[in-house]
Amino acid sequence: MLSDKDRIFTNLYGFEDPGLKGAMARGAWDGTKQILEMGIDKIIDEMKKSGLRGRGGAGFPTGLKWSFMPKEVKERPHYLVVNADESEPGTCKDRDILRNDPHTLIEGCLIASFAMRAHAAYIYVRGEFIREREALQRAIDEAYAAKLVGKDNIHGYPFDIYMHHGAGAYICGEETALLESLEGKKGQPRLKPPFPANSGVWGCPTTVNNVESIAVAPTILRRGASWFASIGRPNNTGTKVFCISGHVNKPCNVEEEMGIPLRELIEKHAGGVRGGWDNLLAIIPGGASVPLIPKSICDDVLMDFDSLKNVQSGLGTAAVIVMDKSTDIVKAITRLSYFYKHESCGQCTPCREGTGWMWRVMKRMTVGDSHPAEIDLLQEVTKEVEGHTICALGDAAAWPIQGLIRHFRPELERRMAARKVAAE
Amino acid sequence: MSLRRLSPHQPESFAFNAQSKAEVDKWIAKFPQGRQASAVIAALWIGQEQEGWVTKPMIEEVAKLLSMPYIRVLEVATFYTMFALEPVGDRLVQVCTTTPCWLRGSDDIVAACKKHIAPTPHTVSADGKFSWMEVECLGACVNAPMMQIGKDFYEDLDGPTTEKILDAFRRGETPKPGPQNYGRVSSEPAGGALTLKDPQLFKGGYSRKSPGAES
Repeated sequence: MLSDKDRIFTNLYGFEDPGLKGAMARGAWDGTKQILEMGIDKIIDEMKKSGLRGRGGAGFPTGLKWSFMPKEVKERPHYLVVNADESEPGTCKDRDILRNDPHTLIEGCLIASFAMRAHAAYIYVRGEFIREREALQRAIDEAYAAKLVGKDNIHGYPFDIYMHHGAGAYICGEETALLESLEGKKGQPRLKPPFPANSGVWGCPTTVNNVESIAVAPTILRRGASWFASIGRPNNTGTKVFCISGHVNKPCNVEEEMGIPLRELIEKHAGGVRGGWDNLLAIIPGGASVPLIPKSICDDVLMDFDSLKNVQSGLGTAAVIVMDKSTDIVKAITRLSYFYKHESCGQCTPCREGTGWMWRVMKRMTVGDSHPAEIDLLQEVTKEVEGHTICALGDAAAWPIQGLIRHFRPELERRMAARKVAAE
Repeated sequence: MSLRRLSPHQPESFAFNAQSKAEVDKWIAKFPQGRQASAVIAALWIGQEQEGWVTKPMIEEVAKLLSMPYIRVLEVATFYTMFALEPVGDRLVQVCTTTPCWLRGSDDIVAACKKHIAPTPHTVSADGKFSWMEVECLGACVNAPMMQIGKDFYEDLDGPTTEKILDAFRRGETPKPGPQNYGRVSSEPAGGALTLKDPQLFKGGYSRKSPGAES
């Protein structure tokens, strides 16, 4: 188990003062100027060496992403945009950072912007997080008042930081949809290329990072890349905030070591599965978008990018949704299909039409109103949606269904048979 | 996609009051010159805060204010689901029913709303005080099931607690937001946090760049 001294979000639960004074007592804003004095190349090099992979779901190496920004600022200014549009079902980690540890994020924004030659950062908070954006704005105001940020700040690097918010659209968590939304449009993803590092918000070089990826940066740079890289496993380093929800005795958020065994995570921190480990049916290990894994895999899988990929699932946002044996697993996945139908932006035909189609079929399969051959048809349609849309929402709608068919096909067939018997 | 259209019943006019207008101006100032369209979500939100819902004259006013074509603002108003396109009760109760909340009993929360507000969603209650709706994941999954009333999240609910909260609102009180059961403060496990107990974390922490800089 990760020891307290290696935890980055030391006010995750909000027991202490989230304000500047409290944050500084916990080590925030300490030696920030010295970090900037390391210079851009050294900062990016350290971030690369730390092995930090993006915490928003895709797991792209953060240092590498920062290095994609143009080396010179020409007529178009550079921007950092922080993705705080946390909406992946099961995920509620960024919320805790925004409301309880916002200074880790603000300091991270300054450092990341410096490393990308940006003088302004926008933090895009999901619309429903009204109290959270108020908390973030309070922290930003404090940072301005203390001259930690602003045009003329004590760090000697002119930098403005702004809170922005959405109004209820899951799709705006996709980086290019977020940029569209930030420009005042519908949140419909853009085709890539051009990538945001070349043409992002208002056509300017932009990097979009998740809240947690940015908020861990100051601590990594203070304690050194080797400290962060020593936690976890190769290619899956560092600490991660896990969100454990569903059928556990004590749902919670907790910052733990990457690569912690799933069973240990649940039993040590969340009081175990309701009714004991043997009462476990399946777990969605990384937020609604990733395929579920049945108990047999949960028994010994590790919680990191590569381990979960090896079992045809994913770490995603590290939102662990636990389902015990009382769960109507088909209904649970059908509810997610409805979610994706509701949240499809409507731009690409395979997703707009496919999410609705898949949901309607799933709804019938919940009550067994189908026949076994239709399972193959459903599987085929998920494959027609996956990879054939501008953004990953199509994939995200397909994967939970594929996971269900992969591991619970007999359950689907059983319902069909039972309904047939009942009808006769 | 969710299909959303403007209400057929629209008021004659809309104007931002002085306070709202000042708020909108603050938002416009956040963006580079000429990029005032970026303030459109904030402007519509401020308008909704003022009027209770987003009206056609409001969309026209925002378009004028931000120098945007009417259709662009209409697109935004219909795309983002937090904009209410028809009148709602004084208290809009939004119940999360996505899988993490559903697993922990959001059906009971919906039942409580049906009983205490109206049998169908998007219907203003008989006393005009409430309306309710099901919404997609609100991002408080470790405190499921939950609902949002106004700006606040009410978490760790069950049927009876939900009824109690709605009753309190009906009496004109504002119940304390956050977790309602298990003695929780926020997202820590019930019964108290198992981590973040080392006192040194709050006396300087372990990540000093410049040891002793504070003393």
